[in-house]
Amino acid sequence: MEPLIEVRGLRFRYDDGTLALDGVDFQLFPGETVALFGRNGSGKTTFVHHLNGLLAGEGFVSVCGLQVEKRNLPAVRRKIGLVFQDSDEQLFMPTVIEDVAFGPLNRGQDTTAAMETASQALRDVGLEALAGRAPYHLSAGEKKRVALAGILAMEPEILVLDEPTTFLDPPAQRDLAALLRRLPQAKLVVTHDARFARALARRAVFFEKGRIVADGPIDEIVDRFQWVPGTTSGEAAGPQPAG
Amino acid sequence: MHHVVIENWSRGASLLHARDARVKVILLLAFLVALATTPRLTPAASACYAALAIAGILLGGLPLGSLLLRAAIVLPFTATFAVFSLIAGDAPRAAGLLVKSYLSAAAVLVLVGTTPLAKLLRGLESLGAPRLLTLVVQFLYRYLFVISEQAQHMRLAALCRGSGPRPLRFRAAAGAIAVLFARSHQRAEGIHQAMLARGFSGRTELLSSTRIGLRDLLFLGAGLSLVLALRTSLGVLWNL
Repeated sequence: MEPLIEVRGLRFRYDDGTLALDGVDFQLFPGETVALFGRNGSGKTTFVHHLNGLLAGEGFVSVCGLQVEKRNLPAVRRKIGLVFQDSDEQLFMPTVIEDVAFGPLNRGQDTTAAMETASQALRDVGLEALAGRAPYHLSAGEKKRVALAGILAMEPEILVLDEPTTFLDPPAQRDLAALLRRLPQAKLVVTHDARFARALARRAVFFEKGRIVADGPIDEIVDRFQWVPGTTSGEAAGPQPAG
Repeated sequence: MHHVVIENWSRGASLLHARDARVKVILLLAFLVALATTPRLTPAASACYAALAIAGILLGGLPLGSLLLRAAIVLPFTATFAVFSLIAGDAPRAAGLLVKSYLSAAAVLVLVGTTPLAKLLRGLESLGAPRLLTLVVQFLYRYLFVISEQAQHMRLAALCRGSGPRPLRFRAAAGAIAVLFARSHQRAEGIHQAMLARGFSGRTELLSSTRIGLRDLLFLGAGLSLVLALRTSLGVLWNL
């Protein structure tokens, strides 16, 4: 089976000299959902920004058979949809429906078709009623779902979600996980939240200092790197009740 | 904050809210031109224009007192020029400047208080305003909320750590402004990346704008006739 994403020997250094990616190899296959774990600054977000050409390092990156390079960028960006960590950065149009229609209009759809595509995407995320609202009046969970609708309206084959649970309360996290499970696209989920990742993915990779140091079943990766929140053995959980 | 209040007004329902943005923009322009070109604003003429502005406020279902208070925001600026006219011995001109600027501000508030910004910008664009200009306004307005929220968080954080002596507070405020600027710049880059990721290539298309209906045209005709009649009759009276 041909991989949807193929990355070989990817290296990237920021202008300030920080080596963010140091030889990353990765493949994503159709129908797969993969969780990307790793400590802050380990290179996860830098890595996903290479997949749709927002950053360009050394090495080979291809998406749906297209090499990610300047002349292919419009086609690549139609194949892969990136949901940003901060929804406020993604929702820049004055109303929800205009924001969701932004991608289809850029893709060359006429206004009627773009409106229909955007309405369908809003129906997919269950927020059709908010079409006329301004994005800054939405809750964090609604913003995240509208941001996702904006990406779904691009009809991508791959979804990349960067820290999708940031700012979401537990019910909103559950709703988002249920919504994502219903979507047929292959997914890459950058997250620190092992429980959320387990609800979506069977496979995980672990980033460390700009490299993928482990790739395998998610339970094994979580156990091996102890990727769960909680107290360490030396910390008290709080004052013990008397008696 | 002003923009939150005005945005709440703009989401109301009234005869003026229901009118097409383009019609309201044209009527506002007609009102402003008539007001600006009236040579000497007598008390009677001022009262006529004020009556028109107040009619707009009432038709839009806007809070009269609050709107008239907010319109006074322009007075400190025009008062400077009015003082110069007063020193030059031209008291009627000074009074005219103040009245004209105040009524203009009230009329503009009627427009923005009865038209959501998205519709207003779309209306302006279809009347020929440059796309770049409307885009800048749109982004400014969109992120004003986000940046002001950040500023409030920073202010609270500073308060939580106590307010020191005055010079220290000024230094903290200066630092906060610098941080806000840096964050805004960082956010602008993030927004640009999000736009690129959705196929942005330097041009934004908009969803189709609404059509002007018969009621809009009737309203436009009535409004223009009223403003024109007022301006003409004032002109005739002045010549007499």
